[in-house]
Amino acid sequence: MSFKQISQIAGSAMTAQTVRLNTVASNLANAHSASGKEADTYRARKPVFAAVAGLEGAGGQLPGARVQVLDVVESTEPVNKSYEPDHPLANDEGMVFYPNVNPVAEMTDMMAASRAFETNVEVLQRVKGMQHSLLKLGEG
Amino acid sequence: MSIDFSKAVGIHPEALKLRAERTKILASNIANESTPGYQARDIDFAASLRQAGAEDGTGLALDTGESSVLFRTPNHPTQDGNTVEIGVEQAEFSQNSLDFQTSLTFLNMKLRGLAKAISGQ
Repeated sequence: MSFKQISQIAGSAMTAQTVRLNTVASNLANAHSASGKEADTYRARKPVFAAVAGLEGAGGQLPGARVQVLDVVESTEPVNKSYEPDHPLANDEGMVFYPNVNPVAEMTDMMAASRAFETNVEVLQRVKGMQHSLLKLGEG
Repeated sequence: MSIDFSKAVGIHPEALKLRAERTKILASNIANESTPGYQARDIDFAASLRQAGAEDGTGLALDTGESSVLFRTPNHPTQDGNTVEIGVEQAEFSQNSLDFQTSLTFLNMKLRGLAKAISGQ
């Protein structure tokens, strides 16, 4: 039976969604981290997911697909420039650079990630129930 | 006259195994909900069961590999090429696990019947 592999698949998805939540937390926390240089400014981070096919073992089982976090990439959108000559980090022209984080997009991403996480918890719970009733096969 | 156990329990062990395999496919779809380019898959349950039945009790021969796994046609295309529609997958998963319980119940009933026949009640 493929219950062990199902647990691995759901577990990999939960790990991936946790990484996604991690980047959201990092982006939101640094949404207003000012910087004096454009190159040093924090940029929004996003994980890149990829499916890992295979995992089929002996007995000609059908292939499942786990999730893998390939990389965490930085957003290429331009950072926000602001003229604040009184700011302690302002450069010679009085400009301060703020990260290109979009708090609204991050919030929706956070909701999607936590929902996806919960769905996988539910999958694990269902599979646990199936395994439990299979163990009771032939009793009573 | 003897009882052939594998014949006595019928198609239900094969159905049960197929249901467990399908759970894995559906769990993969749910897991890859936000993977760009991932294409949702499923099996043709009736065809796979027919094939399993044709093996005539020698066990489930699902080693046809990819050919028995089909791609799902999405209702709406997405920009990143992902064809997982989470509502559809959740419904299928739920239905599949109920069908698993059904097969299990049938198998239990068969076994109970056999136990009754053995004890001569």
